[in-house]
Amino acid sequence: MLYILDQRLRAQNIPGDKARRALRAFSIMSVRALPLLFLNLGGEMLYILDQRLRAQNIPGDKARRDEWTEVDRKRVLHDIILTMFNKSFIEELLKPQELYSKKALRTIYDRLAHASIMKLNQASMDKLYDLMTMALKYQVLLCPRPKDVLLVTFNHLDTIKGLIQDNPALLHLVDETLRQLIEVYGGLSAGEFQLIRQTLLTFFQDLHIRVSLFLKDKVQNSNGRFVLPVSGPVPWGIEVPGLIRMFDNKGEEVRRVEFPHGGNYVTAPKEGSFEVYGDRVLKLGTNMYSVNRPVETHTSGTSKNLASQTQQSIAPNPLAKEELNFLAKLMGGMEIKKTSGPEPGFRLNLFTTDEEEEQAALTRPEELSHEVVNIQATQDQQRNQELARIMGEFEVMDQPRWSASKGDDLLAMMDEL
Amino acid sequence: MLTAVGGSCSWTLPKPRGFYGSLRPGGRRRLTVAPATTLCAGWLALSTVTPATAPRAAGSGGSPRPSACVSASSLWWRRIRRDLAILESGKPTRGYWMFRRQRSIPLRGSAAALCNNLSVLHLPVCNLTHFGVVHGPSAQLLSVAPEGVPLAQRQLHAKEGAGVSSPLITQVHWCALPFRVLLVLTSHRGIQMYESDGSVMVYWHALDSRDASPVQAMFARGIASCGHFICVGMWSGRVLVFDIPAKGPNIVLSEELAGHPTSVTDIASEPAQEQDCMADVVTADDSGLLCVWRSGPEFKLLTRIPGFGVPCTSVQLWKGIAAAGYGNGQVRLYETSTGALHVQINAHARAICALDLAPEVGKLLSAAEDTFVHIWKLSKRTESGCTEVEHCHGECVPDTQVCGARFCDPSGSSFAVTGYDLAEILRFSSE
Repeated sequence: MLYILDQRLRAQNIPGDKARRALRAFSIMSVRALPLLFLNLGGEMLYILDQRLRAQNIPGDKARRDEWTEVDRKRVLHDIILTMFNKSFIEELLKPQELYSKKALRTIYDRLAHASIMKLNQASMDKLYDLMTMALKYQVLLCPRPKDVLLVTFNHLDTIKGLIQDNPALLHLVDETLRQLIEVYGGLSAGEFQLIRQTLLTFFQDLHIRVSLFLKDKVQNSNGRFVLPVSGPVPWGIEVPGLIRMFDNKGEEVRRVEFPHGGNYVTAPKEGSFEVYGDRVLKLGTNMYSVNRPVETHTSGTSKNLASQTQQSIAPNPLAKEELNFLAKLMGGMEIKKTSGPEPGFRLNLFTTDEEEEQAALTRPEELSHEVVNIQATQDQQRNQELARIMGEFEVMDQPRWSASKGDDLLAMMDEL
Repeated sequence: MLTAVGGSCSWTLPKPRGFYGSLRPGGRRRLTVAPATTLCAGWLALSTVTPATAPRAAGSGGSPRPSACVSASSLWWRRIRRDLAILESGKPTRGYWMFRRQRSIPLRGSAAALCNNLSVLHLPVCNLTHFGVVHGPSAQLLSVAPEGVPLAQRQLHAKEGAGVSSPLITQVHWCALPFRVLLVLTSHRGIQMYESDGSVMVYWHALDSRDASPVQAMFARGIASCGHFICVGMWSGRVLVFDIPAKGPNIVLSEELAGHPTSVTDIASEPAQEQDCMADVVTADDSGLLCVWRSGPEFKLLTRIPGFGVPCTSVQLWKGIAAAGYGNGQVRLYETSTGALHVQINAHARAICALDLAPEVGKLLSAAEDTFVHIWKLSKRTESGCTEVEHCHGECVPDTQVCGARFCDPSGSSFAVTGYDLAEILRFSSE
C-alpha cells in the first residue's frame, strides 16, 4: 500500500522530503477522530436501514419477487457489517490520520450502502446521509464529557451486535473492533478527547438540517439547532455547580458560600463502562428509530450559513489527489462485491413513495448535493497487479455468493447443501 | 398596539403566569419586552423603569418571535404594575438585573468549537471596539461602533506554509504592547502577526515539522503579551517568546520555554507586582499544570502548580492571583508566589471554555459549554492574604455551546459571547 502511495507521489514529481512533510502536514486537530466518526456514522446508517427495511417487511411466503423479506433484510445488514468491520479495513482506519473531507466520507458510505443487494437512488442516499450526520452531530454535541464520545461509539457497536446475534463470525469481528478501540483510546488523556470532540464538531459545523424525529421529540428547534438541556445529571467527574469554597494560606477551608447557578443539576449516578461488555449508562448512540416512526428531513431554509461552507468545497482542492490516494488505500481493503447479471439488485426507497423520492431529488438545494467521487482503485496494469496481490491477502473466508435475482440465489444455496 | 423599536425585541402574547419567565438568574425567560418607546399610554407611565425591565431572552440566532397584537385586560395591567413594583424595590436576587442583552453583531461564518474563541480590543480614543472570532480555516475581524453597529470587517486566512492542505486557525488574539498593538493568529501551520487592523502581516513563524510525531497534530495555541514580548504556546508544550520592537517587522524569537509536558492551552500575563520586573506570565496545559514565569531577557520559572488530570482550558492573572478554568467546570484561584489554592468554585456543569478579567474592578467572567456565563467579583484581603470571591451575575445563552467570552471594556460593564455554530456575537451590557 505504501509502495503504491509512494509511486503516485513520485509520479507527481513532489520531492521526497516535501512529500513526507506533505503527508505529515495533513494533521487537522486530532489525528484520532476518524475511526470514531466512521464507526458512529456507520452505526447510524445501519439503524436507519434496519428501520426502513423492517417497515417494508413482507412475510416470506406472501412476498412477490421484488419485495423485501426478513431474509433479505438480514442479508443486507450482514453484508454491510461484514464490509464495514473487515479486519484490515479497521486496522487501516485506526492508524493516526486526519479526518477525510465530507466528499470522501460520503463516497465511502455510498460504497458501503451498496455492498449488498440493496440499491439506493441519489435522493435516498442523500437523505440517508443527512439523517446519519445530524444524528451524530446531536450525539456529539450532547455528550456530557468529551470521553463519552467513546461510550457513544460503544453503544453503536453494542446495538450492531444485537442486529447480528445469529452470526458468530460477525459477532467476533465486532468484538475484535471493540477490543482494538479500547486499546487505542483507553490511554488517551482528557485533553486529547477534548481535541477529538472539537475536531468532530468542526466536521459538523453549519449543518442545520431539521429531522422530524428530533423536532417531534423536542431535541431540535425549528431553526435546526439542538436543544441543550440545563437540567439533569452532571457528567461523571464533575460536581454540581453552586458552591464557592475559600481557603487560607495553610490550605484550611475558611468559608463556604452557595450561589445560584441557574440550572437544575443533580449528581451523576454512575460512570459508563469502557470494557468490551458493560453498562454504558449513556443513552446517546442507541437505536432511536422504531418501525412506526418514519423519519423525514427538511432541507429548505438551511442554506443561510452554507455560503462559507460551499466556498470551501467549490475551490479546487489541491489536496484532492492525496485524499483520493488515501481513500483508495483504505478501500483497497474493503471487500466490494461486484454485481453480476442484468439486474443490479433491489432498490430501497427511504421516502414513503417513489414520487416523493423523485420530488426530493429535484428540490434539493444545490449546496447540499453531495457529489460522489468515483474511485478506480485499479487504474493501470502495473499497479493493478500490485493491488491485486495485496488485495488477495485481504481475502475474507466465507464469501457468500449471491446473484441478482432471489430465485437463482435460493437455487444456488440449495445446490450447496 | 405595542411595537418594538430598535434592536430585535418584540412583544409576544403574555402568558397568565410567569409573565417575565423565571425570576432566578439564568432562568429561562419566556417573554421579551420592548424597550423605551411603545404606543400604549398606560405603559408609558411605567416606561421610566425600562432600564430595569426584564432582559430579553437570549435567543440563539433563530427567527425572531412573531409580534402579536395584544388587547390588554385590566387584570393584566395590574399584574404588570405589580411586577414592576417588585422590580423597583429590588426584591429579585441581587445582580439579576445587572445586564441586558444588546444588539447582536452578525458574523459571516459561525464560530468554531474552540476554547477562548473571542478576542476584543477596546479603543477608547476612537470609540470603537474590535472583535475577532475564529470560523475554521479563516478568522473574522469586526470593527464595531458603541451601539453595536458593525462598521468594517475583514477575513484573515491561515497561511498555507509547507504542505498543500488548508490549515485550521486555533486562536486569534490582540496583544497590547507598550508602543503598538499586534494581532496574532495561531494555526496548524504556524504563527502569523499582523498590525492591529489585520491589514499587513508583519511576521510569520512556521511550526517546526521536525518535532512532529505521527500520533499528534501540530498546532500553536495560547497567546499573550507581556511587556515587549509576545508568548505563544505549542502543541509540544513549549512556549515561544518573541521580542517585539517598537515598530517595524524585526520580530525575533528570543526564547523557547520548556515547562509543560503536554500541549499548551492558554497563556495570561499582567504587569509584575515588584519594581524591577516587567511582567508575570502564567501558562496552562492539557494536563492542568500551571507554570508561573517572570519575564525578562530570560524568563524564569517561579512556581509550578500541578494539575489533577483535567485540562486547564483558560487562565487569567490578577494581582498575583492566577484564575484557572478547568475541563470539569471548576474555576480555581491560586496564589502565584506560593502555588497555594485560595478559592475553588464549582462554577459550571461542563468544561469551561473561556475566562476573562476586568482588571480595574477585579471582575472575572467565566463561560462554559453548559450555556452559562457567570461574573464573579474578586477581592484580595491584604491583612490575611486571602482571596474572596462573590458571585455577581449569571446569564444563560439558551441552546448555545459557548466557545468564547470577553469583557468589552476595562470596567467590566459589558461583555460579549460567541457560541459554536452561531453566526453572531451576543452582547450584554449593564449600562
